[in-house]
Amino acid sequence: MSPELTDQTKKKIEEIASRYASKEAALLPVLHLVQHEKGFISQQEEKQVAHLLNIKPIKVKEVVTFYTMFNQKEVGKYHIQVCSNLSCSLLGSESLIDHLKNKLGIEIGETTSDKKFTLMTVECLGACEQAPCMMINFDYFGNLDKEKIDNILDNLE
Amino acid sequence: MTDKILTQHFGLENLFKIDVYLENKGYEAAKKALTDMKADEILEEVKAANLRGRGGAGFPAGVKWGFVPKDIEKPKYLCVNADEGEPGTFKDRYIMTHNPHLLIEGIIITSFCVGIHTAFIYIRGEYEAVALRLEQAISEAYDKDFLGESILGTGFKLDVYVHRGAGAYICGEETALLESLEGKRGNPRLKPPFPASVGLFGCPTVINNVETVSNIPSIILNGAAWFCQVGLPKDGGTRIFGVSGMVKKPGIYELPVGTNLKEIIIKHAGGMMEGKKLKAVIPGGMSAPILTAEEIDISMDFDSLVEAKSMLGSAAIIVIDEETSMLDVLRRVTKFYSHESCGQCTPCRIGNSWINKIVKRMADGNGKREDLDKIIQLANNMMGKTLCPLGDAAAMPVLSIIQKFRKELESYIPLGN
Repeated sequence: MSPELTDQTKKKIEEIASRYASKEAALLPVLHLVQHEKGFISQQEEKQVAHLLNIKPIKVKEVVTFYTMFNQKEVGKYHIQVCSNLSCSLLGSESLIDHLKNKLGIEIGETTSDKKFTLMTVECLGACEQAPCMMINFDYFGNLDKEKIDNILDNLE
Repeated sequence: MTDKILTQHFGLENLFKIDVYLENKGYEAAKKALTDMKADEILEEVKAANLRGRGGAGFPAGVKWGFVPKDIEKPKYLCVNADEGEPGTFKDRYIMTHNPHLLIEGIIITSFCVGIHTAFIYIRGEYEAVALRLEQAISEAYDKDFLGESILGTGFKLDVYVHRGAGAYICGEETALLESLEGKRGNPRLKPPFPASVGLFGCPTVINNVETVSNIPSIILNGAAWFCQVGLPKDGGTRIFGVSGMVKKPGIYELPVGTNLKEIIIKHAGGMMEGKKLKAVIPGGMSAPILTAEEIDISMDFDSLVEAKSMLGSAAIIVIDEETSMLDVLRRVTKFYSHESCGQCTPCRIGNSWINKIVKRMADGNGKREDLDKIIQLANNMMGKTLCPLGDAAAMPVLSIIQKFRKELESYIPLGN
């Protein structure tokens, strides 16, 4: 069971909720906040958030499972998300994904045993002018090739 | 006067900071609107400018604002659509990153015109850095009295908040966006009622795309006649064309509405990459029906693209070369829609995943003679038969790719299958 949310986070949640005509509307921003603090959203956090926003836990689960950015299980320190949409695939994203799989020794959706990297593919990241591109946590990297990926990953601690 | 409206000052260092923005005529349109103009005058000007929605549907912004009931007790809301999920589209990211105060100024004028006191910018979750920049700009605007209790001492009150989505393409659809903003799954609503009368929290709501709202200040400062003269009489202003794919210089190009597609690709985006030959172009984001190399001598405006049985959409241009297999393109397109269907309407939920399964099987070398006709049947069963436009958005590219590249697609089906 994960520990309670910090008082600071709870206070921030109250502040966010005050922007909306209904408390429930704060759900997405609040889940972002919780994920930022905890790394992923467990059932325990779903219940805590439901309680704080005065909604049913099932409402929180519906949202957590609908939106792909909410992690339902632990991800690595570096969450690599490679765009596999059209513009990126025209410029070779599939071979880059294979390269990453080989380099990290994991399949898409998996995390390395040292919990350093999680590899995912995503739909369009809105950076098609830099195709092929990827996100590591919230940082964008574009105009990728194998060497560039090696450089980026090798410089991550 | 330059023909660039939104990206004119992009070269300036620190344009995103309010001081630099103010040095370059920033917030002058807001001052003019709030102190010298009546709401009705603003509405007439925006209507006369024929500013059509830049998100994709092309609905005239002034007409949309006009649908909001005037004398109503309920609060009214503005939701700026910054979800930017249509594959190939990245223009709003540039506006918000480089010129966030232009968007805020547009929000102020729009809100004043419609009588709105709370605005939300719904931005896709992946744009975290952009959201932070917007919040910084909003905070600067509060400090300088462009937002808050009494903007510039006029007594007009406006609060603006950034609201982050969390990775769902469907939330770019306006009623799904509202559901998402209310803290729910992004399931589109049945229309009518339209958001202008029943929108966010059951209140009248204006929903406009980032680029649309960012055009408002220039219309107020320079007038509707000027705006139409930059673009076309029935489709005013510029578009930020985002070019990606197999061109030498992918990027954004702000050009008058009605610029020729061939000119954009060859002159502005530098033409095809070395050694590559043009095969096809998607002219308005992935949902737009595909054009062949022979069809790109066309004016990039809403009506011309409709005439060519495609659409201008978000003006995102994806350029495809001869070596790319259209089966591969079809595989990518259908995978996207089967992933992004919200699941609410059966034709879209089942249709998209079924189509994607057939295409995947074809790509694995196990296609059958009847596959293409089956896909056409499934796609036709989505057209116009779903609550929101995602069904059409998924069917249109699929149908156009099969229609225009049928011979090639059939060549991937093993003989005897």
